[in-house]
Amino acid sequence: MRKCFKLLFVIGLSFALLGIATFAESIKLTVTSRAVRGGVNTLLVQWLEDVVFPAFENWMKEQGKDVVVEFIEFGGTDEALKEQYALDLKVGRGADILGFDGFWIPEFDAAGLVKPLDEIVGPSIWEWEGWKHIPPSMREILGYQGKVYGLPLGTDVRVIFYRRDIFEKAGIIPAGSGLRWQPRSWEELLDTARYLKESLPGVIPLQINAGTQMGEATTMQGWFMVLLGTGIHMYDFYSGKWYAKHPGILEALNFYKTVYIDEKLGDARTQLIPGARARTFELFRDGKIAMLVEGDWFWRSVLAPGSEWGLPNRNEVVDWAMMPAEEPGAGYRGQNFVTISGGTGFILNPNTKHPAEAWALMGFAFSREMQLEFQKLQPRIRARDDVPVIGDPVMSEMAKALLRLTTVRPMLPGYPKISYEAQLMTERVVAGLMTPEEAMEAYAEALKEIVGEESLIIVE
Amino acid sequence: MGKNKEIQQILPRATGFFFLAPAFFFIGLFLLFPFIWVFIISFTNVALTGPTALNPAFVGLENYVRLFDFSRWMRSGEFGNALRNTLYFVLGSAVLGQAPLGLAIALAFHRRRGPLRELVFSLATMAWILPDVAVAFAWIAFLDYDFGTLNTVLINLGLGKIDWYFQHPLVAITIFNVWRGTAFSMLLFSAALGSIPPSFWETAEVAGASSWQRFKDVILPLILPHILTDLILITLWTFNTFTPYLITGGGPFFRSETVSMYTYRVAFKFLEFGRGAAVAVVMMAINFVLATGYLLSLRRRRAYG
Repeated sequence: MRKCFKLLFVIGLSFALLGIATFAESIKLTVTSRAVRGGVNTLLVQWLEDVVFPAFENWMKEQGKDVVVEFIEFGGTDEALKEQYALDLKVGRGADILGFDGFWIPEFDAAGLVKPLDEIVGPSIWEWEGWKHIPPSMREILGYQGKVYGLPLGTDVRVIFYRRDIFEKAGIIPAGSGLRWQPRSWEELLDTARYLKESLPGVIPLQINAGTQMGEATTMQGWFMVLLGTGIHMYDFYSGKWYAKHPGILEALNFYKTVYIDEKLGDARTQLIPGARARTFELFRDGKIAMLVEGDWFWRSVLAPGSEWGLPNRNEVVDWAMMPAEEPGAGYRGQNFVTISGGTGFILNPNTKHPAEAWALMGFAFSREMQLEFQKLQPRIRARDDVPVIGDPVMSEMAKALLRLTTVRPMLPGYPKISYEAQLMTERVVAGLMTPEEAMEAYAEALKEIVGEESLIIVE
Repeated sequence: MGKNKEIQQILPRATGFFFLAPAFFFIGLFLLFPFIWVFIISFTNVALTGPTALNPAFVGLENYVRLFDFSRWMRSGEFGNALRNTLYFVLGSAVLGQAPLGLAIALAFHRRRGPLRELVFSLATMAWILPDVAVAFAWIAFLDYDFGTLNTVLINLGLGKIDWYFQHPLVAITIFNVWRGTAFSMLLFSAALGSIPPSFWETAEVAGASSWQRFKDVILPLILPHILTDLILITLWTFNTFTPYLITGGGPFFRSETVSMYTYRVAFKFLEFGRGAAVAVVMMAINFVLATGYLLSLRRRRAYG
């Protein structure tokens, strides 16, 4: 009888040891982001799955660790992804590494859903070689209140993209001249649109994002680009207050009204239908939109040859111009031209079971070598200063012209709600539901509810 | 009392409760508890993100006051707008659409057999049982402005195309819902008609009643309770349905947003659970009124029957 127990004990122990051994040996890490192979952000998936993951798995193997990395594709909108993250993180789940938009951080941090890197992994993260090549401005993209939550893939700027082929056809640029178009004021921009409308019926002259369907793309590529041209920002960084009523807001809304309602230089329907952004990309690709205000992501990812809306002859038919202020010198900080930057990257999920390995993967992916690999696929402004923009003069040129003029969104937990209200305000104007005055009144009312009257700037 | 005694003889009361306990437990856990929970958090500002996620506070009736702020509640994206859309949607698709159409089909094939009846019944039932997402996708493709099947047909007929989802989004989802849900009314009325004794029918025929007279004096009085049941049930379902969201997303600019979509937007897009719970409580109250109407009508029928 005793022998029998002994045998059972030995068997049980060996099974337990085996279990621990296999458990310790094989670690599975998951990464997710809004990216689908052959679809949206396909280059990100290619870089991760074809280059980073195999190299990382080998590197881990050399250290005697068996790590398997899996990418989980997400094909919905940014807004849907944010919703998914909030729900996942709330119940303590989700992938180990999450593709994250920087401006979500304050809102998620306030709810305790995300944590700074050194709180998840420990102070050892500061030993990573990459930090000395990531300047503070880049750390702030996925940072909040001086803490760093993740590593950014880079930053971006916003410009007017226009179709050279359409401009040449309309005679705005002499064909084959290599000359470029650059408006100096809103009036010049509108005049070009008017001329296009007259000379080329069937082509939408100008799309500048409006409405809630476009989500944050309305705030960044639409509302900010117009509002900054009037000399104000949505938020005053000195007083810490939000502009709720201001002549600048009215001027910006009237610009929208001119484009979409009074002169129909843009097509409001395309802004407001479900799937508005995809439809806009499609129309631009097909040469049905002449000018579109977008971020450089549009150039390097959406239109990149081989992408979902890729243009094989992108470099010949698409060009860009800076967004002018209402009048020269009337823009934000007295600028002639305006732009705004944001940035996305990857954060660590505070619920990860393998913080050390997950951080190792992040550090590996953001090593100079791996970032250079990404530059080969998609040249852009990277977070590391030892990774130059290579192989795409357009990207370097945009960065050079605009990074010195750029500004950012306020990193505050209340921002996403106020951003939504700004989208709603433009929607009400371009759908013809409200006059600019009424829409601004409703905006101010909503802001009062969100941040309180004492945090508002009201200039009648 | 006498009845109770009989039951007690079969099964002691305590044993009865014992057998019912699991059911009560699950009803309590999955129905009563969430209901009470939703009711409680509807008086707080709890959210999934932002500072009130960690430190929620009781805000009294604020969420409800905000919901019924009449100075702006008909604006796009507000609760009143969603309530009005829901009213039109329910009236159009359930009361004026599904019920009369279902009755018409049931009457057309009453006392008839044959392949045509089988075909119509099968197709209608199919529309009813297909999965939501597949159906929504088909309707997006069907009514699309540029490439939709319907517009292609209209253009080929020389009639020009209609911008369904932009110009008439509420009409579009109303038509969709009629297509989607008529089968229930059709089946219910078909069964109700089948329960009318053939002798009534034959007597009416012998007496020389016209088909209108037969409908008005024989069929209608006999199936009236069924009509009531049908109307209340489909009103309840239509009020709560979420499938149209998959087609229009409530847009453009909230012109097709119903109350269930509004709840979803507040709770899961803005992640404001407190406010979302307040909308849910109002929705439950409306459902409660409808359900009470249904139960009362059933009781009255039993009294007469």
